[in-house]
Amino acid sequence: MENLLLWVFLVALGFFFGRLAESRHYRSIVRREKEWLHLPTTTSKHPIGDAGDMPPIARSRLAHGSVVVSIDYFKRMLAALRSLVGGAVQSHETLLDRARREAILRLKESCPDADQIINLRLETSSISNGSESSIGSVEVIAYGTALYFERKQ
Amino acid sequence: MFMTNIESVPGKTILTCHGVVSGSTVRAKHVGRDIMAGLKNIVGGELKGYTELLEESRNHAIERMQAQARQMGANAIVNVRFSTSSVAAGAAEIYVYGTAVTVG
Repeated sequence: MENLLLWVFLVALGFFFGRLAESRHYRSIVRREKEWLHLPTTTSKHPIGDAGDMPPIARSRLAHGSVVVSIDYFKRMLAALRSLVGGAVQSHETLLDRARREAILRLKESCPDADQIINLRLETSSISNGSESSIGSVEVIAYGTALYFERKQ
Repeated sequence: MFMTNIESVPGKTILTCHGVVSGSTVRAKHVGRDIMAGLKNIVGGELKGYTELLEESRNHAIERMQAQARQMGANAIVNVRFSTSSVAAGAAEIYVYGTAVTVG
């Protein structure tokens, strides 16, 4: 009986605070993504733009950003229920989406003066909590080459 | 030390190639951090302690890779790749590898 009460309490806690945290996180992601629109990011190995009128590249460096995000208790329960019938596990989809967007934003924030970021790569790994085999928390690293163009004097 | 994850260093030419260099670290989680992370697992959200821990170990792995490249006489590492894997419960391996080259 006590176990059941504890479980209900944890699920309720996860439901309310998890929702709150997720919507707050999404708001912050959307706001920062708008702020960083001036820094073009591409997965291609060459800078974007017309090669003719592009200024020469002054320097480049490796930049990376990472984040570890975990799922709340309520969504973990939903995912467990979902695995009984199969289909898209939406609670995990939003978790990974948040983690990837956050990692890319951190990558951009780590090189604020760069003109472009090229060859963006994303790497995801799940950090298991030992006993559980299911996804508890995921780590996402975003990395790429930051290019700095020569400034016209 | 120049580092990029493309095949060249923009604005420079590769003179010699020294071969693959790599650096890795295996880090265990801190007990205090683990308790905090356990609590955070209920409500969800970012696990700041882990983010910092992995960031720290990644920098450590990069330093090891750079030391190896320096020993070979290289001044740049191109095509750098990162990878993370959890080897055991409570420990994660961070692996960084790339190609050591001399640019001029």
